[in-house]
Amino acid sequence: MFILGVDTATSVAGAAVIEEDRLISERFVNNLKTHSENIIPMIKQVMDDAGIKPDHLHAIAVTGGPGSFTGLRIGMSVAKTMGQVLNIPVIAISTLRMLAWNVYGVNGIICPVLDARRNQVYTAVYRSAPGDFEELLNPAALEIDRLVSGLMQFDEGVTFVGDGIPVFGPFLKERLGEKAHFGTLINSRPRAAAAAELGLAKLKAGRLPDPMFLQPVYLRKSEAELTWEKKHGS
Amino acid sequence: MKGVDTVSGQVVILGIETSCDETSAAVVADGRTTLSNIISSQVPVHQKFGGVVPEIASRKHVELVNSVIQEALNEAKVTFRDLSAVAVTYGPGLVGALLVGVSSAKAAAYSLDLPLIGVNHIESHIYANFLAKPDLELPVICLVVSGGHTDLVYIENHGNFRLLGQTRDDAAGEAFDKIARAIGLGYPGGPLIDRLAMEGDPEIVDFPRAYLESGSFDFSFSGLKSFALNYLNRVSMTGGEVNKADFAAGFQKAVVDVLVDKTLAAASEYKVRDILLAGGVAANSRLRKEILCRAGGMGLRVTYPDPVFCTDNAAMVACAGYYKYRRGEFAPLTLNAVPGLKLGADKY
Ligand SMILES: [Zn+2]
Repeated sequence: MFILGVDTATSVAGAAVIEEDRLISERFVNNLKTHSENIIPMIKQVMDDAGIKPDHLHAIAVTGGPGSFTGLRIGMSVAKTMGQVLNIPVIAISTLRMLAWNVYGVNGIICPVLDARRNQVYTAVYRSAPGDFEELLNPAALEIDRLVSGLMQFDEGVTFVGDGIPVFGPFLKERLGEKAHFGTLINSRPRAAAAAELGLAKLKAGRLPDPMFLQPVYLRKSEAELTWEKKHGS
Repeated sequence: MKGVDTVSGQVVILGIETSCDETSAAVVADGRTTLSNIISSQVPVHQKFGGVVPEIASRKHVELVNSVIQEALNEAKVTFRDLSAVAVTYGPGLVGALLVGVSSAKAAAYSLDLPLIGVNHIESHIYANFLAKPDLELPVICLVVSGGHTDLVYIENHGNFRLLGQTRDDAAGEAFDKIARAIGLGYPGGPLIDRLAMEGDPEIVDFPRAYLESGSFDFSFSGLKSFALNYLNRVSMTGGEVNKADFAAGFQKAVVDVLVDKTLAAASEYKVRDILLAGGVAANSRLRKEILCRAGGMGLRVTYPDPVFCTDNAAMVACAGYYKYRRGEFAPLTLNAVPGLKLGADKY
């Protein structure tokens, strides 16, 4: 069973092919080129490396958000259309869960942080459980201060992963002191292979939503809607 | 690569269009037979904002694009395997919106091992005329008028577009939208003004017309727009009331007069026999009537697409794609959206 993983949710673009218990091929770039130019050639490359054609795929897993609005849409459009053409399932995996998967099994809790600008992060809080995570805080866009006060309630170490670290790392360290741990270069960015691996698990568990109308989870409304609601009340 | 020679001998192209606020997919055979043309309009979604919100448009596209594609295939009674190529609008337009169509088209082309064709949105508007009249002969002069564009184009042969003039400020359709809003008609303004103008007398308000330097094929509607807004202001300040129908009729006539004059001048200068209209404003009834009447007097023929092919739609994209297909102008899988794509200046 071959699963293609696709990720363009943050500044990273990634593609990977896994076959059940083997990660066969993966590409990862964070080269400041546009995802639109990168992603299909990268998919083609990992497929060629795996020695398979699109027809051989059983499912596609894609980063489901949060992340860059445009980036999410590129990955989602690619995954949905490939799924449609090949008539195979498309499975959306939370960007935050993918990030947490990179450090699955560490002691304490895991807190992915994506820079959401305006002093906010897209975040969630997980604790490793057998084969999966316990979700202690649902994905949300939060002020960094609110996240910190929430984390203070836990009497255990926190491992941060994600592109929010360069922005908020010093602040988190200052507030949480010894309790704060930070992911490394290789595990604090989303990995397409993680999408594929988590996607495979979801596929096996069944009950997948219809991919036809699948949309990214943005966790934030558009600027125009926020302004409109401020003026008219929501 | 598959598809270059199909068994049936027909070239069947799937077109995808997401450059602004319509999500559209179509299947067109041999560049002339529209097997399907599905358009999902977002107009109601953007109405409360008084115009297209790019982020919302992009979100809608990603939600709808696949079901629209499916509907287009179903209605055409073809499957993905029957296609010869995939054509997509890659500019000009809203970058986030374009990217949804471009990403989908590339994913389809890669998965099916089919040629990918990137199409310029303005060129596709022009090609809507070939859906109406496949035996149309070149060269022609085409006036492209929409909410985003006012371009006068000379087309010598397929794929050879020369921009003779364009708007220096507002597009014609944009001017319609702004004036419609100013007199409380709502959005989109073009069709609403068109309808209201039918009940009005265009000679009541004396609107200015901007011809710019002599010999110029450029347009400018900002002076006309300011005049109109000032006029409304003046009337309301003196406690008077504007007859909206007369106002709309006068405004529309001022826009149409300049469009028609310049188009006919271009036709004479380039010695063509055919004039094409394209774009959303090409559905304007006054524009059609006026240009038909005056071009007829000069022995010129005028072609314009059916109203459904004047709005943003994917059949015109598939049609434009067909002519590129015949020339073997295929795009690489690195194809990107180019929001400011110029006419006749392919970026691949
Ligand atoms: Zn258009």
